[in-house]
Amino acid sequence: MGERQQENDIVGRGNREGAQLFRDWFAQLSHTAEKQGHSAYVFVMGSMCELLRAFDLPVVFPEIDSLQMAVRRVAHEYLNQAEDYGYSPDICGYVKADVAVQLRGGQHPMGRIPKPAIAVLTNACNTYIKWAEIWERMYHIPIFTLDVPGTRAAGTQTWPGNPDFENDRRYVQAQIMELIALCERVTGIKFDIDRLRENMRYANEMSRGWKQVLEFNKTRPSLFNALTDGTIYLGVANGFRGSPEGGRFFTNLVEEMAYKAARGIGTATEEKYRLTFIGVPCYPIFRRFNEMFTEWGGTFVHSTYLWFASGGANLGFEYDLARPLESLAEGVLISVRDAMDSMFYQDRAIFEMVDAFHLDGVVYHPIKSCRTTSTGMADNRRSLMAARDIPSLFIESDMMDRRVVGEAQMKNRIDAFFEGLASRKQQEAAAR
Amino acid sequence: MNIRTFEDWRGKPLDGILYECRELLEDMSFPTVRKWRESGGKVVGHFQVYFPEEIVHAAGILPFKVRGAPIEAVQADSRFGSYLCSILKTSLELALSKRVEFEMFVTHPICDAARNLGAVWGRNFSYPCQILYLPQNANSPAAITYLRNEYARLQRDIETISGKPIRERDLRRSMAVYNRNRALLRELYAIKRDTPWLVSADEAYVLAAIGGLMPREEHNELLKTTLPQIAARASKKQDKIRLVFEGGFCEQPPLDLIRAIARSCYVVDDDLLIGLRWILEDVPVDGDPLLNLARAYLETSSYSPVQHDLRKPKEKMLIQRIRNSRADAAILTAAKMCEPGLEEQVAYLHALEAEGIPYFISEFEEKMTTFEHMEIQLETFVENILFS
Repeated sequence: MGERQQENDIVGRGNREGAQLFRDWFAQLSHTAEKQGHSAYVFVMGSMCELLRAFDLPVVFPEIDSLQMAVRRVAHEYLNQAEDYGYSPDICGYVKADVAVQLRGGQHPMGRIPKPAIAVLTNACNTYIKWAEIWERMYHIPIFTLDVPGTRAAGTQTWPGNPDFENDRRYVQAQIMELIALCERVTGIKFDIDRLRENMRYANEMSRGWKQVLEFNKTRPSLFNALTDGTIYLGVANGFRGSPEGGRFFTNLVEEMAYKAARGIGTATEEKYRLTFIGVPCYPIFRRFNEMFTEWGGTFVHSTYLWFASGGANLGFEYDLARPLESLAEGVLISVRDAMDSMFYQDRAIFEMVDAFHLDGVVYHPIKSCRTTSTGMADNRRSLMAARDIPSLFIESDMMDRRVVGEAQMKNRIDAFFEGLASRKQQEAAAR
Repeated sequence: MNIRTFEDWRGKPLDGILYECRELLEDMSFPTVRKWRESGGKVVGHFQVYFPEEIVHAAGILPFKVRGAPIEAVQADSRFGSYLCSILKTSLELALSKRVEFEMFVTHPICDAARNLGAVWGRNFSYPCQILYLPQNANSPAAITYLRNEYARLQRDIETISGKPIRERDLRRSMAVYNRNRALLRELYAIKRDTPWLVSADEAYVLAAIGGLMPREEHNELLKTTLPQIAARASKKQDKIRLVFEGGFCEQPPLDLIRAIARSCYVVDDDLLIGLRWILEDVPVDGDPLLNLARAYLETSSYSPVQHDLRKPKEKMLIQRIRNSRADAAILTAAKMCEPGLEEQVAYLHALEAEGIPYFISEFEEKMTTFEHMEIQLETFVENILFS
């Protein structure tokens, strides 16, 4: 195979394979729905896919369905329907879009989702709990809240062997055992620890790969855009966790990144400014939002989104397959806790990211829909400004509701941000 | 510490006592807390909804219920974005403006915004700020033991603040004080329910709410004195409808809003400051005190939109609250931008419609100052019920 052919095959493979996996996944879910089959409704932070796949439960991620509606610019139709049903304009847009999907019998722009037989959620986002209560009322299905205690105060994470950690771990493990019993009841399938072990092996492959992929973007030029490419990778990290396709995807992605790094192949953007993105993307104008940065030569080399929305898989925690249940509890506790830390205590990690990823700027994007990710951002930014000499931008909009996305005003602020960055670079060059 | 922080009510007739209590509640300089601190006392602030104050009390520290305030968030505004409830901002403002000062601050995972408060607070103050992880899987058999040990962790942190260990007998004594307090609050609510013409909604609210501002022994003394006087009032029953007020579990409506409602209705039950009344029965003081507190939180407790418990479907609990209080209707309200409250409203309204129970939907903010529009709407709602 010639070098050019090899390059064509490898470069961009992650995006191509990711898109295909998604098409296949949605097609499979539609097929299940048409056959009146059921599924497990889960969330990105602590999906428990490793376990649910051991019970042959197809997984539906309503968060992913909702964001797809925004990207496809039809979210407003769903939001309006849910608001007509009684939901306030001031609550999470993901929830409302899903309510409308449920009211439409599972129909959404990419196909149809099956009804739930069970919903499994963690407390990583409190809205998960309120959301699942809606399904509980609609379908009278069991909903299971896997309660994962988070970090109590900044910098006080505990680890195995510490009595406080062990209290948390025992609690999580006991709940996992309860979840297993519930899955047996719901599916009629007996729990097979070897199937779980196999799924955990795939999850290990994925977590290992995800951590490496994120690390790769420390290189100059950056190898992928954390906002656009990153969202595709995230989709696979969630939808295919604990599956052979998911594990293989990330092994291939690591290969792609290594290939690009060795040859200095960066993203399509001419990289003038290396940025990190804090929060959830602006999906109603996703492409345009990114362009407002790339037009200036700005590229997102990292994002806290890739941490928390992967359920903390960025840590690369690998399960000990010799003691699967204990290790699953430990891994869920450490990873989901990290996902929560990436939202609540992100300031310390961002300080480190500035140097490790050679950042020129930090973009904060609080959104109306999500208090989990947005509440602490302004204060976080103050903390960053006090600790590091790095420009930052603070733009508020939404990940679903285009009514609160002011594109022209947003562009003005982004342009001003880049003018500041350009001026700063000039001053630095003159000072040398 | 044996300090009296609130003396103004003593020796006064009932109306005078109620006046002094209202003055105290609306005094944003928090004189009781100031007096406590001036006497060398320490204070632990805890955010809504429920907190096991007994553990702090047993350490000789004043637990202060942080529930926002009708003030401008002058300094706190820059710490938060736009789309957030007011209580979050004004609570931080109270501390930034030094209206109240703490040795420790504790928040809870009641909602996504409140959970962030621990980190925000921690970046702005040098004293310990933490999240008490109350269990969110109330139905797991493992939750009680987990919570008992989480309380033990909290107790260690409080002992660090106080500088001395909390003895079991201190904890038992504090539990008895709080048992008494909840019993007195139950008495107050019984009067509200059975003879609402004897105590208006705003009077009852003031009497309950000041409990979060002073040592609970003092609150007990105040309630013990006032409740018999309220029961002995000569007020006559009026032609008002009986209703339940739902939506005051976290951010508090302005006192004038409650007063405006009371002008046209009897509020026979509510979830205002439900954390003060979260535990429904006396907590046993023998045995393992922390285990008893943990069990009470999970097993013998009220309900709110910020706790999911399969045994307590919230719309059914609301209907039960309406039936138990023989209410004719409900006010379903939520604080602006309060996600759990707004989400729960939908379930509530669908359930009440199915039961044929009239309801009045509204939103409020702690800083509201005009209520005329709401009052007119409420009067129309009441007339519809009275004359239909």
